[in-house]
Amino acid sequence: MTMIGWLQIILFCVIIVALTKPLGWYMTRVFNGERTFLSPVLRPIEAGIYWFSGVDEKREQHWMTYTVSMLLFHVGGFLIIYGVMRLQAVLPFNPAGQGAVAEDLSFNTAISFITNTNWQNYGGESTISYLVQMLGLTHQNFLSAATGIALAVALIRGFSRASARTVGNFWVDVTRCTLYVLLPICVVYTLFLVSQGMPQTLGDYVEATTLEGAKQTIAVGPVASQVAIKMLGTNGGGFFNANAAHPFENPTALSNFIQMLSIFALGAALTNVFGRMVGNQRQGWAILAVMGVLFVAGVAVTYWAEANGTSTMHALGLTGGNMEGKEVRFGIVASSLFAVITTAASCGAVNAMHDSFTALGGMIPLINMQLGEIIIGGVGAGLYGMLLFVVLAIFVAGLMVGRTPEYVGKKIEAREVKMAMLAILVLPLMYLGWTAVGVVYPAAVASMANAGPHGFTEVLYAYTSATGNNGSAFAGLTGNTLFYNLTLASAMFVGRFFMIVPAMAIAGSLAAKKSIPPSAGTFPTTGGLFVGLVVGVILIIGGLTFFPALALGPIVEHLAMNAGNVF
Amino acid sequence: MLREIRPAIVLLLVLTAITGLAYPLAMTGIAGAIFPAKAQGSLIERDGKVVGSALIGQEFKDDKYFHGRPSATLAPDPNDSTKTVSAPYNAANSGGSNLGPTSKALADRLKEDVDKLKAENPGAAVPVDLVTTSASGLDPDISPEAAQFQIPRVAKARNMPEDAVKQLVDSNVQGRLLGLLGEPRVNVLALNLALDRTAAK
Repeated sequence: MTMIGWLQIILFCVIIVALTKPLGWYMTRVFNGERTFLSPVLRPIEAGIYWFSGVDEKREQHWMTYTVSMLLFHVGGFLIIYGVMRLQAVLPFNPAGQGAVAEDLSFNTAISFITNTNWQNYGGESTISYLVQMLGLTHQNFLSAATGIALAVALIRGFSRASARTVGNFWVDVTRCTLYVLLPICVVYTLFLVSQGMPQTLGDYVEATTLEGAKQTIAVGPVASQVAIKMLGTNGGGFFNANAAHPFENPTALSNFIQMLSIFALGAALTNVFGRMVGNQRQGWAILAVMGVLFVAGVAVTYWAEANGTSTMHALGLTGGNMEGKEVRFGIVASSLFAVITTAASCGAVNAMHDSFTALGGMIPLINMQLGEIIIGGVGAGLYGMLLFVVLAIFVAGLMVGRTPEYVGKKIEAREVKMAMLAILVLPLMYLGWTAVGVVYPAAVASMANAGPHGFTEVLYAYTSATGNNGSAFAGLTGNTLFYNLTLASAMFVGRFFMIVPAMAIAGSLAAKKSIPPSAGTFPTTGGLFVGLVVGVILIIGGLTFFPALALGPIVEHLAMNAGNVF
Repeated sequence: MLREIRPAIVLLLVLTAITGLAYPLAMTGIAGAIFPAKAQGSLIERDGKVVGSALIGQEFKDDKYFHGRPSATLAPDPNDSTKTVSAPYNAANSGGSNLGPTSKALADRLKEDVDKLKAENPGAAVPVDLVTTSASGLDPDISPEAAQFQIPRVAKARNMPEDAVKQLVDSNVQGRLLGLLGEPRVNVLALNLALDRTAAK
């Protein structure tokens, strides 16, 4: 570890905190339907879209209608992706002549993108056409991100409203998020990325003759426009197989730094939106503090482990850290930081191969996902995931003192706690359950690339990533098989929607409750005690759930490595 | 609930057209106008022919060129399309080795490569990036140490004084952005092109 390395990490944290307030202010205005500086341009377009689509923007929805609208929207999104993938051979914008994508891979990819996971069982440049990249994947990058944010805003309204029957209008929230938040940032962001060297072209793959006379086919494409939303929307599905490690998908140290910032920016800002909407910004800062504590701890472990390298390397006299699967322009620190950010935030883009990380360095990304993607988390999903843990923490605090717990003026009662537990328990059921199947079913075992405990970790990582809607991988695992395509799709589906529906039920239940003013007996939820309590609840619930699995994978691998064993 | 069906279809199609077609196509047009060379992939031409991209590494095996990092990219096996074969720096199929810290295959490969490099330059410490595969398999860069390590070999193969080669290396080192972001590095293709230009003079 070096001083310059730590300075890069500190700079990252400082900028995220600085962005939280202004972005939170802007997004609050957007979701409250207020005027913004973009309204003169965008308002006519917005009104036109509502008129054309038959949306009455004044009419708000009950939480169930809101949820059903969201689900209907996803059915259509699924059909579009599945359709263009199956038909890409006969559709335009296919200069590399890619053939139809197989049924199971198309199914997996469609589920993957509507759930904001963006697991890549396909290799971008070798499997799919430019049209699929744009019409299939870029479009769903926007809409799955907008959906996540809309749901978080609906849950916030549940906390901030009193005796209300409705939580907002899904169509309006999605449209405003797309038009006012995601698109304007992406337009500027795309141009920045191209200025760093990222291609944005519909032209053919380039045929080059290298200095030594060999032929090199260089894949290009409309990369920048997709990468902008891939990062901002915490989607993470790469244009290329190597994702943000590919020099075209992350050309410079600056493009890398901005990409890292854009993964966290909206998720961090949503904590401020929460604070503003419930009438006390310090409530938002307290939640960001919980996230920050867990994040910095993770960064420190991964950076230390990667800078330290492996026993094999030490034995050969190699110094400078574990560079297997990392790019020179990023080095140890920017690769470690990126890995922790992308798994904390449910993004899943990678600028280094997590499969080649040291055992402990690769364990932190795994833990980040197993905690439920709540450290900043996916845009929107991270906030509603964190609020579920807050509900539990408040409940625990209430048990300790024997009072009905309350949070931001709302009584937390049996229904909220049951729903929160349901959402939190369904995740380990998916990733532990499928991992158990994956390590004994012969066709699944054959997909492991590494032997020994590392092979187990590959399978555990895959289902954890799918369930957490992250999308990063221990990529040695051959995921493009019938077994993995179908089981990973089920994990992604359950991980997304079985968390959303209980969260929305909580939103509806809270919105209907009266608001009670704080009294002398109210547990303050803006101070250090609250932050410590939530961190504790997260670590206890998380630790009890997945520590045994970690002991079989990365922990035993670390001990084996120190003992000089290879597999 | 029924009145949500129309927006579910129409709004989806409208937003899909905006974000999936209008946005990427407009950005392609604008980016192509403002940054034409970069939008096409930062291609490098020599004598009218494309020799590669400034951002994409390519394979160098000849002693007279600086070598990049090992690459783990694959290509379909020409004899059996269900299998793959090693194809270093395949810029149409990026990817890493994905070998873990306790992989025997990785340990064996590292040992073999370290031994080979030690034989080439016995006095110097082997730089770690010269024996590890990159994440993309297309890493265009090596560390300044990895470039310095190869100076004796390149100078000998080209019959040039080591000092002259060292000067070229030094002038091709890119530092950290603002002294802070990223890592110091040398673009291998740019360095080799500069070598060829010097030799031509």
